[in-house]
Amino acid sequence: MSVSYLPKSLGTFASNTLKLLAGLGLILAVACGSEAPPAPAPTSAAPAAAAVEPAPAAEDSGTIKVGILHSLSGTMSISETAVHDAELLAIEEINAAGGVMGKQLEVVIEDGASDWPTFAEKARKLLQEDEVAVVFGGWTSASRKAMLPVFEANNGLLFYPVQYEGLETSPNIFYTGATTNQQIVPAVEYLIEEGKTKFYLLGSDYVFPRTSNLIINKQLEAAGLEAVGEEYTPLGHTEYSTVISKIRAAEPDIVFNTLNGDSNVAFFKQLRDAGISAEDLPTISVSVAEEEITGIGADNITDHLVAWNYFQTTDTPENAKFVQAFQAKYGENRVTDDPIEAGYFGVYLWKAAVEKAVSTDVAAVKEAAKGITFAAPGGTVTIHNENQHVSKTVRIGKVRSDGQIDEIWNSGSPVSPDPYLDSYEWASGLRELAQ
Amino acid sequence: MASRISIPNAIKGLPLPSWLGDLASVWLAPVLVLAALLVAPLLLSDFRVALLGKFLTFAILAMSLNLIWGYAGMLSLGHGVFFGLGGYAMAMFLKLESANGKLPDFMFWSGLTELPFFWAPFEYAWFAIPMTFIVPAAIAGGLGYLVFRSRITGVYFALITQALALIVSILFIGQQPYTGGTNGITNYTTIFGFAINSPATQVVLYYATLATLALTYLLCAWLIASRFGRLLVAMRDDENRVRFSGYNPAALKTIVFALSAGIAGIAGALFTPQVGIISPTMMGIVPSIEVAIWVAVGGRGVLLGAIVGAILVNGAKSGLSESFPAIWQYFLGLLFIGAVLVFPSGIMGLLRGEGWRRPEWFSTSHLPGFAARVLPGVKK
Repeated sequence: MSVSYLPKSLGTFASNTLKLLAGLGLILAVACGSEAPPAPAPTSAAPAAAAVEPAPAAEDSGTIKVGILHSLSGTMSISETAVHDAELLAIEEINAAGGVMGKQLEVVIEDGASDWPTFAEKARKLLQEDEVAVVFGGWTSASRKAMLPVFEANNGLLFYPVQYEGLETSPNIFYTGATTNQQIVPAVEYLIEEGKTKFYLLGSDYVFPRTSNLIINKQLEAAGLEAVGEEYTPLGHTEYSTVISKIRAAEPDIVFNTLNGDSNVAFFKQLRDAGISAEDLPTISVSVAEEEITGIGADNITDHLVAWNYFQTTDTPENAKFVQAFQAKYGENRVTDDPIEAGYFGVYLWKAAVEKAVSTDVAAVKEAAKGITFAAPGGTVTIHNENQHVSKTVRIGKVRSDGQIDEIWNSGSPVSPDPYLDSYEWASGLRELAQ
Repeated sequence: MASRISIPNAIKGLPLPSWLGDLASVWLAPVLVLAALLVAPLLLSDFRVALLGKFLTFAILAMSLNLIWGYAGMLSLGHGVFFGLGGYAMAMFLKLESANGKLPDFMFWSGLTELPFFWAPFEYAWFAIPMTFIVPAAIAGGLGYLVFRSRITGVYFALITQALALIVSILFIGQQPYTGGTNGITNYTTIFGFAINSPATQVVLYYATLATLALTYLLCAWLIASRFGRLLVAMRDDENRVRFSGYNPAALKTIVFALSAGIAGIAGALFTPQVGIISPTMMGIVPSIEVAIWVAVGGRGVLLGAIVGAILVNGAKSGLSESFPAIWQYFLGLLFIGAVLVFPSGIMGLLRGEGWRRPEWFSTSHLPGFAARVLPGVKK
């Protein structure tokens, strides 16, 4: 059609509309082929974009594609970036040592942006577009729950590195953090043995603290005890004077703290401002590790207790090497902690399983992973035969004034994972209800 | 009238029937965009189709905001809430279908032993699907009536809707036994018996979304061209005059606000099955403001602008975050700053040759002028 017959403004409009469509095509082009450099020619981009084919399968290129999916922006980035760093470190070490089955690992990094639907979108992208062999990622239970259906529908593989509330066994997820019988349950047992009888349960208002406290209440009941109080605050809550008054009124001898994120900073500062020391009122935290202590300020939390599977101070030759490598790469002032360690050894567990299976095929890797062990910085870890969690040593520690943690108790040997707490009589019925 | 440009003067003396030029100028761009979206699934991978489907739900959401902001002059910074309510209503339906008669998983974690009464009817599609429109529309209607009756306008209205976004998202996070809390509601297996994650289902959902988008466009175009639409614009430009002419602005505003919220709810209902999760992060303050950004980038007061803005901004967001996962937000920030400084009347303004930065860019005075061009007969 000849444009000259059309009114001038309509001609402008039409050509501008074409530009718009070209622009749309350009956006799609960027979205489709992230490896390709952005095409500089705007008008020819539209048809080109349509022709972009999905990335070739990983096998063709002599490398194995792996994904890392953590929040690199938003409120969770402060915690997750460190885990992302540890996973990259492990991948670099593996590549330097000759790769997996002689193939180099090629990392595709995506940002979950602390937004659960974004986690689902990016997980789908990694599995369908990049066709990665495995994804290391996630932190919050919410992000894991958002990714779970994507991994199951696409038969992908996710290594999830953070302690969590249990009651889950997805066939497509390996859980390298602790489940409840490797952190919370032994912590409560330890406290009861220490003579604590009055527990106050304080947590952020979401699935991990609520489920944890459901379990703790059952456990206390079995021991003939009862929580003297239970309180939840929204994520990101920072005003704890009312809560502290309530705790004082309830006169507990231990506060079981499942607060998450920034709230810990406010809680421990205000506890100290209220003149309450760890001696007056000890607390035990399950979401406060070395990284969080830096944010809280070691002064504010000195002598309080924490329960984990690994501390930076854990005395193993593997850990000395790990801490040294981590700080050499990322800076002397960086600390390591439990999720960082779990992210790190997760990569090695996957490598061991792939090499045993001689394939990156998900079913083969899952089969080969059964019983695989690795000498992790925190001690030997073993993948469970059925539930795809790992057995690991439980540790309770006391925070030092320099922000490091002194271990005061450990389970002696690795504890086998029991996500549904089948081996505890008081927890009977949990599995039936959760499935 | 949606994307009408100032043809009448321009075509004088040309050998072209005026209705043809009119038709072309009004419908050329929408038809081209529609055609592009129709063929997209043939050219794109499954993942990209699903992604584009998600953007289309955002486009519907942006259009609903454009209806009240661009035409009626009411900036709602709480449209994420209405989108979320629709999404949750759909999620309740999908979750109950997937739970197969059992208690949804998150209710168990939170200590519930039986299904709350208000969940029960969402088992039925005939109840749940209308609710995706009715619930947000009713809430917006109720709130709107109170707000507009008190003659609250402009920035105060924006602040109230923003407070709504904050309140509702906190409420949804806090009521974990009933809403899934921070996690939201996820892990659906089927929709009307079809596997929800299968590429075929996703393509069907894509076309359903596209059809909804087209219908919403037609509805909005018809509304705006009608007497009702002219009243909206008149109200935006001089509310008192409308009142003195014997109309009731509070009623008009309440109706259009409720309608807009209902459309946003439908967008949310289409979002949930395509993305596979709805969570409070979709209904907080930030996503609500993002909707306003899409409309501003696309060009407010132009129906197509909202669609173009939503698709472009979200396409850029996904594309940039894939290419530069660590620093993508800086690029996005630059894009928004550029949109405000360089092309204040949005992409559609640029396309109509309204040019780059205008001398009066720092004032809002281009709005009435804009209206004069969009709708001949409205006073400048």
